[in-house]
Amino acid sequence: MAEPFLIGDMMTGGYGGADILHSCTIAVEKGQIAVIVGPNGAGKSTAMKAVFGMLKIREGQVRLNGEDITALTPQARVSKGMGFVPQTNNIFPSMSVEENLEMGAFIRTDDIRETMEQIYELFPILRDKRKQAAGELSGGQRQQVAVGRALMTKPSVLMLDEPTAGVSPIVMDELFDRIIEIARTGISILMVEQNARQALEIADKGYVLVQGANRYTDTGQALLADPDVRKSFLGG
Amino acid sequence: MSLTARDLGLFAGMLVVLAMVAMFQSPQLAVTILNMSLISAIMALGVNMQWGYAGLFNVGIMGFTAVGGLAVVLIAQPPVPEAWAAGGLGILLGLMLGVATILAAVAVYKRMAPSKLRGLAIFAVLVVGWLITSQVFAPAKQAVQAVNPASEGYLGGAGLPVILAWPVGAVFAAGVAWLVGKVSLGLRSDYLAIATLGISEIVIAVLKHERWLARGVNNVTGIERPVARPIELQPLPWVQSLAESLGWSVSQTASVLSGLGYAALFTLVLGLLIWLAERALNSPWGRMMRAIRDNEISARAMGKDVTRRHLMIFVLGSAVCGLAGAMMVSMDGQLTPGSYEPLRFTFLIWVMVIVGGSGNNWGSVLGAFVIWFLWVQVEPAGRWFMDLITSGMADSSALRRHLLDSAAYMRLLTMGVALLLMLRFAPRGLIPER
Amino acid sequence: MEPLNALVSVSNFMLIPALAYGSQLALGALGITLIFSILRFAHFAHGDTMALGTAAVIGGTWFLQARGISIDPLPTALLAIPFGILVLAAYLLAADRLVYRYYRKVKAKPMIFVMASLGVMFVTNGITRLFMGVGETRFEDGGRFLFTVREFRDWTGLTEGMALRSAQAVTIVTALVVMVVLFWFLNRTRAGKSMRAYSDNEDLALLSGINPERVVRITWVITAILLVLAGTLYGLDKGFRPFNYFQLLLPMFAAAILGGLGSPIGAIVGAYVVAFAEMGITFAWRRVFSYLAPEGMEPSAMMQLLPVDYKFAVTFAILVIVLLFRPTGIFKGKVL
Repeated sequence: MAEPFLIGDMMTGGYGGADILHSCTIAVEKGQIAVIVGPNGAGKSTAMKAVFGMLKIREGQVRLNGEDITALTPQARVSKGMGFVPQTNNIFPSMSVEENLEMGAFIRTDDIRETMEQIYELFPILRDKRKQAAGELSGGQRQQVAVGRALMTKPSVLMLDEPTAGVSPIVMDELFDRIIEIARTGISILMVEQNARQALEIADKGYVLVQGANRYTDTGQALLADPDVRKSFLGG
Repeated sequence: MSLTARDLGLFAGMLVVLAMVAMFQSPQLAVTILNMSLISAIMALGVNMQWGYAGLFNVGIMGFTAVGGLAVVLIAQPPVPEAWAAGGLGILLGLMLGVATILAAVAVYKRMAPSKLRGLAIFAVLVVGWLITSQVFAPAKQAVQAVNPASEGYLGGAGLPVILAWPVGAVFAAGVAWLVGKVSLGLRSDYLAIATLGISEIVIAVLKHERWLARGVNNVTGIERPVARPIELQPLPWVQSLAESLGWSVSQTASVLSGLGYAALFTLVLGLLIWLAERALNSPWGRMMRAIRDNEISARAMGKDVTRRHLMIFVLGSAVCGLAGAMMVSMDGQLTPGSYEPLRFTFLIWVMVIVGGSGNNWGSVLGAFVIWFLWVQVEPAGRWFMDLITSGMADSSALRRHLLDSAAYMRLLTMGVALLLMLRFAPRGLIPER
Repeated sequence: MEPLNALVSVSNFMLIPALAYGSQLALGALGITLIFSILRFAHFAHGDTMALGTAAVIGGTWFLQARGISIDPLPTALLAIPFGILVLAAYLLAADRLVYRYYRKVKAKPMIFVMASLGVMFVTNGITRLFMGVGETRFEDGGRFLFTVREFRDWTGLTEGMALRSAQAVTIVTALVVMVVLFWFLNRTRAGKSMRAYSDNEDLALLSGINPERVVRITWVITAILLVLAGTLYGLDKGFRPFNYFQLLLPMFAAAILGGLGSPIGAIVGAYVVAFAEMGITFAWRRVFSYLAPEGMEPSAMMQLLPVDYKFAVTFAILVIVLLFRPTGIFKGKVL
């Protein structure tokens, strides 16, 4: 099997003290969507943070496009083409939407107008509100700003930590549609989701984590069809 | 709580240093340093209660000590009957009207629904009240201040024994602290800092300006002292014979004895306070205070009224500072509002607490001794140092003269460096909290 | 009734001085608010740092005067400002490197930063006094007045006169220019936006590749510029005395809190409110009212609400009112 585009391989580690992750592997192929699901406290977000370097891992590796990036800081990973949308506090509330996007592109030195145009096309509502302070927007719009900010670096991988937490079902569907659109442009998506069923429906690959270890790994459809997964994690 | 051998060693070292001052410089100086150290230790103790127990940042220590000092004048000085006759009633009435104005404004605020009208009504009440108050107050004040202005010109005090002023000073400071705390506690922690900074400046402004109260910048001198003055001791036969056996002059012996008298009194007070503070700290109450300090949110979640506890400890700590302020004025025998300077009376105390070890009462005491010693000794040391580095220059050199004149400011620099070094390399202080 | 004379009188004795004082406070309060939003602590060394910067400017002024360089009618001190900024920026950056950076690294509580700033305050205080002593130093030169009371009377024929001191005019103009430039910087430049981003959301700024140390350095340099300007203008206006600069801490903090900590616009508005309140309440209105009152009803008292010694009480009262009724300040700043 060929090496996936991004892989956190056999990661073991935690926030000092006891390990949270135990030989956990998460990977995503080019242009695909991978989703991490699992019960509360399963280490979903931790696994994501480990891949992004916000958490030191004791064992295992993170490789991007074949290159070992385990030792890099999150900032350095951003320069390598990884984008990250935290679960909370993921915008600059007092700055305008446009400024939020500009800040997303802070490390770029080339012309960012084209990228910004693409983001406005992806999220048309942001174009209308581009002069408004991001903190004044609705929950769903803020998430769009947050995703847009992360896309400004033109990443090859976009990582989303529970992008639909606290938004209404309609907004959630809308966000998932956008995420599929982003994946179609060739950007790999790795996300953690509470709404497991909906997330697996759009996922090319699904990871079910339990207590920091891989329990089930398969395509999204296969996991949805698996009676064990359905019974234990999808509520029947 | 017990002191470790290391702590006792530090205290013993400090005593040795003081003894050396007595031997090589002069015994009077040693006693003066000792007394101010004791007073500073009490102030530091008060601040440590606020900061070390509860994490409250009080930068108005100067104000609380000054209020305590005012109590000495108001208690111990004889009343001035002519002044009372001239305007005493007017001043009392004026003060009452002032309070009534504020109460009326508060009543309006509470009774009326929030609206523009309410704002206007409050404003109107304040302005009218203010005008009436000043109509009554100003002439009375003028009359009082006109009574024998060279030596009196104020209402005087109650003519009571001076020792009484110490607890009263504490109560005064507690009252001011209650007002400040009521307003600013429960908000951001730096707000208390700024509010206390403000109130201390105002207290000093009042003391300087309101001459009817304590003669303002004209100072009140010759206040009755709790300990016999050297001049009273000198004629005593036993003092004279003691001087002979020590080989000191009689005046020197008398002033050392008088100073030691204060030292005994101060030590008594300090000992009592430490005993109380230690008992409180190790009681359930003290544990709760420290729990609140270390995790305010969880303490709140457990149903503790954090703001009320903070107010209580803030008032207590400030009262201790007021007590120290009263003791200082009664030792000096004078109240000189012009001499209150924030660097000396607020920030220096902070250096003492930090260097000594915040959260530890003994640490504050040791810190007070060490820092006060440095404060006194750095100036001559600085002069000596400046002398040394400028010794190559001509005596008439402007730079040399300037540097020699500036040696006094070396102490500020030294204190700052001491604070920064401690904070960085030994943030828990000389005697850490345990 | 002579409203015009009343207006001139109140302008001469209150409005112009308050406008100048407010401008000086605004520059200082902007520094407090910037440090608060970027470094997240109340900078107690502010007043003394301002004194140090001003001392450097005075030194530069003496140097220039000794060489006979002047820009008459403007005060020579204006020429020395860049030197003062250089000195103070270097000093603040050194203080940051030696003191504050460590506490940032260990993520110390804000109160520890405040303590550290007390230490810096002591040291700065000592250094300033070592050079300047404690007495008052006046360093204003050049033409003292743009127009004098007599000139004004001659032009207008009013009984009441008005003078505009060049120090006041320079102060007001400079403050305006500085504010405009600062807002342009914060809203239009990359560095300025990165500062706002850092103040808004530190972690996200980090993720976006904003270098926090650079943001902090820029903040100190801007603070140095603001403080040297504020201090020099204040000194030209009222003379230089280190202790007065220390005491400015209170009105500057009051202004920043009143406007809403962390809000630059708020700091400016707060500064003018504090300045006008201080001056208005300690101002003797008798003369003004004697022009306004009907014939024979002229006030006999001074019509002064509080003696000048209590100007801090005014500031304090403003502070208390804000804390009681709107702790976030006028412009909704940060409340922990």
